[in-house]
Amino acid sequence: MHELPITEGLLNLALKHANQAGAKRITQLNLVIGQLASVVDDSIQFYWDIISKNTIAEGAKLEFRRVPAVLHCWNCEAEFSPNGRDYLCPQCGSARVKVVAGDDFLLESIDVD
Amino acid sequence: MARIPVVQNILSANAALASDVRGRLDASGVFALNMMASPGAGKTSFITATIRALGDSLRVAYVDGDIETTIDAERIDALGVPVVQINTGGACHLDANMLSLALPQLPLDQVDLLIVENVGNLVCPAEFELGTHLNVLIASIPEGADKPYKYPTMYRGVDVLIVNKIDLLPYVPFDLGYFKRGVEVLSPGLTTFEVSCTTGDGIQAWVAWLKERVTHGSPR
Repeated sequence: MHELPITEGLLNLALKHANQAGAKRITQLNLVIGQLASVVDDSIQFYWDIISKNTIAEGAKLEFRRVPAVLHCWNCEAEFSPNGRDYLCPQCGSARVKVVAGDDFLLESIDVD
Repeated sequence: MARIPVVQNILSANAALASDVRGRLDASGVFALNMMASPGAGKTSFITATIRALGDSLRVAYVDGDIETTIDAERIDALGVPVVQINTGGACHLDANMLSLALPQLPLDQVDLLIVENVGNLVCPAEFELGTHLNVLIASIPEGADKPYKYPTMYRGVDVLIVNKIDLLPYVPFDLGYFKRGVEVLSPGLTTFEVSCTTGDGIQAWVAWLKERVTHGSPR
């Protein structure tokens, strides 16, 4: 459900930057979404098709670049992605790990005509 | 065709509103908490216990976000603190704009601590900052120990963790070590209080910590 306000935020941000650049049409939005952000691509696409109608962004493609979560082990310096059950280091079993990637929630760029 | 770099948080419009809310709170000397949890974790019971334990030491106000009903607002209203109800009408979270619209309904100059009870949900509220000073997450023992792993966004963005219903630990399978390991990875060094609103355990320690925070300001 929170994908609707997220999609609205996306549209407003894209329109603002397109207008500033004097663009006639937005053809693609390039998004960077980390695995640790709770956002469903299909749901954003669904709302996008509805709310972008009759704007210069109508029909624009949403390009999602998904960034996997990456954890770093303090103990053995291994980097790994979580296995879906716990965050223990698969190499040494340590619980002393930190998140180094996967929080992204960005509109990186827009393609315009 | 041209590519225009943007590189902005998708919810930067909400972030700007949150920053405005924070400015208004600070101008009135109000310290604010955003209380988040799943439905049934005990948010309203915990807020009730907090307000009771604070007694006259701080002037409290309360904003309640719920999809429907004024049940929670009535419970807190009975404690004699100023209350504003926000019915989100289906929205699964509060956003900065909703809180912004609620603020003028409160006597902010006569308030030290504003407690905002978000909609019960571990997903959506995590994405929308409100402009409050601390994000407080209330977990509870019956929910199960896997919640940090299932809802990492929520556990990433939290400043204080309350583990509620700790009195149920002997009766419910809950691996506290597994739970704490997940929390530690997502929010290293997170300030945590284990409490029970039924027995009162841990409430005094939390309230003493909170008073210190409100009185001496430093939000983090």
